[in-house]
Amino acid sequence: MLQVSLYRYNPETDDAPFMQDFSVETDGKDLMVLDVLELIKAEHDGSVTYRRSCREGVCGSDGLNMNGKNGLACITPLSETVKGDKLVIRPLPGLPVIRDLVVDMSLFYAQYEKVQPYLQNPTPAPAIERLQTPEERAQLDGLYECILCACCSTSCPSFWWNPDRFVGPAGLLQAYRFLADSRDTATEDRLSKLDDPFSVFRCHGIQNCVNVCPKGLNPTKAIGHIRTMLLNRAT
Amino acid sequence: MVTSVTSFSRTGLSDWLVQRVTSLVLLSYFLFIAYQLLGSVDYTSWRALFDQTWMKVFTLMASLSLAAHAWIGLWSVFTDYLTERMLGPKGNAIRLLCQLGASLSLVGYVIWIIVIVWS
Repeated sequence: MLQVSLYRYNPETDDAPFMQDFSVETDGKDLMVLDVLELIKAEHDGSVTYRRSCREGVCGSDGLNMNGKNGLACITPLSETVKGDKLVIRPLPGLPVIRDLVVDMSLFYAQYEKVQPYLQNPTPAPAIERLQTPEERAQLDGLYECILCACCSTSCPSFWWNPDRFVGPAGLLQAYRFLADSRDTATEDRLSKLDDPFSVFRCHGIQNCVNVCPKGLNPTKAIGHIRTMLLNRAT
Repeated sequence: MVTSVTSFSRTGLSDWLVQRVTSLVLLSYFLFIAYQLLGSVDYTSWRALFDQTWMKVFTLMASLSLAAHAWIGLWSVFTDYLTERMLGPKGNAIRLLCQLGASLSLVGYVIWIIVIVWS
């Protein structure tokens, strides 16, 4: 029997958030955390609210804090996160809670929008496509795979304290994804918008983002590359 | 771009670079002091060491580095925790007060060191 402690908050009826305990029968199976939430919703309390969609680690909807570590509930097996028989599930930290495990990601998306995450190249587009060499294309590996689940940014203390000014690991990974793209010509403009004391330099390299990324990406390394580009540009 | 008039150099890159360069100056200074302390130290030898111009310059460099390094670090801490987001409407006033206190203290320490070493 798995003991699940679930963060509950309905702003329409609750004065404050609280933790609700559930005993869930897993029949000894190594379920995913999302399966446990589905069991709770189906068999214990239908009002439990969370986001989910693809249930296979592709859509990035069910980013949650499980036993203190952010991750995607659909691809986190109980054997990986549960110590003893206790599972504590909370919403992603640092963002306003809309209800139960659903957070308002507006601040996260605002930072993503800030880095202009799209290809910029004013030269006339060729008839078919802008070509890259295999080496140029390889520069984007480890950057383009981000699914914007927000596990990294919401595990970053710098993003907790300054979500309106620090772009955060997810946004900066995408910033570097376009800085590293051989087809993009807005490098100077992109860098000039990042050279302030907050946008990039609030990163102190503690690598919480690397520790939690469900896709195994390394935002800290990308931020290091941005720093190097800023340094090369200024010296 | 986010602007800030209270950061050390106004740009993130300069602050970052200054903090790293000053840390190297401080590291070399404190390693040197530690090396001196490991040998036999008495008043005469200590006084003789600090009477030399290069040691006075080295100490001045270390104290200026300490002030710059500490300001950038404290500025980061203040802008993390002493904000309206964390403390409510009085957050900005409290932060500015702390920044003022920290900057005056650092300038005071540097002047104090100069007076001691160069007088």
